[in-house]
Amino acid sequence: MPAVLVVPTLLVLLAALGYPVGWQIVTSFQHFGMMQQFGQPPEWVGLSNYTALLTDPNLWVIVGRSIAFCLVCALVTVAVGLALAMLMYAVGRGPRVVLQVALLLAWAMPVVASMTVWTWIVNWRNGLLNWALERLGVDAQGHNWLVDPISFFVVAAVIVVWMSVPFVALSIYAGLTQLSPEVLEAAEIDGAGGWQRLRHIILPLVAPVISIVLLLQLIWDLRVFTQVKLLQDAGGVANDTHLLGTYIYQLGTGAGDFGMASAVSILMLVITVAVSWYYVRSLMKEES
Amino acid sequence: MRTPFLAAKQPRSRRSGRRALLSVVAVAVAVVWAFPVYWMINSAFLDTVTLQRTTPTFLPFGGSLDNFATVLDDAGFLRALGISLTVTLITVAAAIVIAFLGALAISRFRFRGRRSFVLALLLIQMLPAEGLFIAQYKMMSSVGLLNNVLGLALLYTAAVVPFTVWMLRGFVAGVPIELEEAAMVDGLSRSKAFLRITFPLLAPGLVASGVYAFLQAWNEFTVALVVMTEEQSRTLPLWLRGFVQASATRETDWGQVMAASTVVAVPVIIFFLIVQGRMSSGLVGGAVKG
Repeated sequence: MPAVLVVPTLLVLLAALGYPVGWQIVTSFQHFGMMQQFGQPPEWVGLSNYTALLTDPNLWVIVGRSIAFCLVCALVTVAVGLALAMLMYAVGRGPRVVLQVALLLAWAMPVVASMTVWTWIVNWRNGLLNWALERLGVDAQGHNWLVDPISFFVVAAVIVVWMSVPFVALSIYAGLTQLSPEVLEAAEIDGAGGWQRLRHIILPLVAPVISIVLLLQLIWDLRVFTQVKLLQDAGGVANDTHLLGTYIYQLGTGAGDFGMASAVSILMLVITVAVSWYYVRSLMKEES
Repeated sequence: MRTPFLAAKQPRSRRSGRRALLSVVAVAVAVVWAFPVYWMINSAFLDTVTLQRTTPTFLPFGGSLDNFATVLDDAGFLRALGISLTVTLITVAAAIVIAFLGALAISRFRFRGRRSFVLALLLIQMLPAEGLFIAQYKMMSSVGLLNNVLGLALLYTAAVVPFTVWMLRGFVAGVPIELEEAAMVDGLSRSKAFLRITFPLLAPGLVASGVYAFLQAWNEFTVALVVMTEEQSRTLPLWLRGFVQASATRETDWGQVMAASTVVAVPVIIFFLIVQGRMSSGLVGGAVKG
C-alpha cells in the first residue's frame, strides 16, 4: 500500500527527467551533423564526442570560467550574507525589520524582471550607474559595461550576488537567533574581544548553516543561465561570455549539435551530482 | 567603591554609540538592496523624455499610468498571462496531489526502498535544468508537445515535486500519529481518521507547497525558453524578454519595459512574502533548528 503512494511521483519524474537523462546518455555517443538536420538517423561514434570535448580548448575555457564565476559568486554571497546576518543580530528590532524586508523584496523579484531593471541601471546611454560614476569623477559617460567580457562578468556577478544574498543572510540569521545573548555577555565579561567572540562562539554555532548555504550556492551558481543569457541579449558578446548553461543551449538549439550538447550536459550533471552529494548526505542524516 | 560602577558604565555608552552606528549601516544596506526594486517601480511611472534626461529622476512626481496602459494593451501580454496562469495552475494542482501522496508514504510508512526513494528525490532536486533542457526539448518535439501547456506543465511538475515532497514530509511528520490513533480508538476507520483529523492540520503545508510550486512555475524562464518556441505560446517571463527585445529594435522605451516588469513582479512579490519562511527552513533542513 505505501508503495502505491509513491507511484505518481516516480511516474512524473521518470517521464520528465528519467527519459531525458537516458536519451542524453545515448545521444552523447552519437554524431549529429548536416545530414541529420535533413532527417538522416544519427551515427554511432562511440566516445568521440567526449574525446572531442575533452581535447577542445574552448570547452576548458568555458568550464574554467564557469567554475571561477561560481566560486567567486558563492564565496562573496556567503561572506556578505554572514556579515548582514551578524548586522541583523547586532541591531535593534526596528532597523532589523527594515533590512529583512529589503532583503525579502530582492529575493522575491522574478529573475527576468530583476534582469530588466539591472540592464536599465547599467545601460550605457542613460543608465543610473554611469551617471553615478560621473558624479564621482569617473569618466564613464557612454561606457558600455557589457561589451568587455571582464566587466560583463562583474555585472553578472553583482546581479547574482544581489539575488542570492537574501537567502543566505536570512538563513544564517535564523541560526544566530539560537545563540543566547547571555553567552555572549558572559564571554565579554570574561574578556573576550569582538574577534574572539566571532571566532570561538558565533562561527562554531553557525558553521553547519554556513556550510549548507555555501554548498547550495555552489550548486546554484554553477548553473547560472538566465542572467547570462539576458545580459547577452542586452549587448554582451555571446561567444566570449558563455558559461556551461548558455554553451549547451547554443550547441543544442543554435548549432543543432545534439551529440556534443548531450556530452556537455552529462559533464554538467556529473559535476553537480558530485558537489550535491555532501549536501544530500547531510539532509539524509537529519532524515534518519 | 564607586570606581567599578563607573568603569562598567563607560563601555555601555560606547556600546550604545556603536549600536546606533550599526543601525545606520543596517538601514543603508537595506536601501541599497531594495533600490533596484524601487527603481523599477519608479521608472515605470515616468515617460521616455524624463528617463532620457542626463540627470535621473528619483521620485515619480509628474508620472503617469500611461506605461501600464500600453503594457496591458499589448495583445501578447494577455495571451502570455493566460498561458502562464494555465501552466501554473496545472503545475500547482498536480504537484500538490502527487507530492502529498509521496510525503504521506515516506513520513507515515516504513517500506523497502524508502531510503533510496528519499535519496533519489534529494539528488534529483539538485539537477540543473540547464543540463537537461536539450534532451527535454527533443523529447517534447518527438511527442508533439512543443509549445503545449500540458507539456510544459509536466516538466514543471517534475521540477517541483521533489522539493514539495520533502517540504510536505515535514508537515505530515509534525502531526502526531497519536491524534489519529485516538480517533481510531473512538471508532473511526484509519482513512476516516486521516481525513478528519490529520488532513485539516496539513492545510498550511499544502498551501505553502502550492505557493512554492506557483512561484517556480510562474517565474521559470530556462525550460520555457527551450520548449515554448513560438511567439503564440510565450509564458509571461518569455513575453517580458520579447517585450524588451522588441523595444530594443527601436530606442528601448525603459518606462514601458519597467512597467512590464512591475506587472510581472508585483503579484509574485506578494505571494513570496507569504511563504518565504517555509522555503528557507525546508532548504537548510536540520541545520537551523527553529
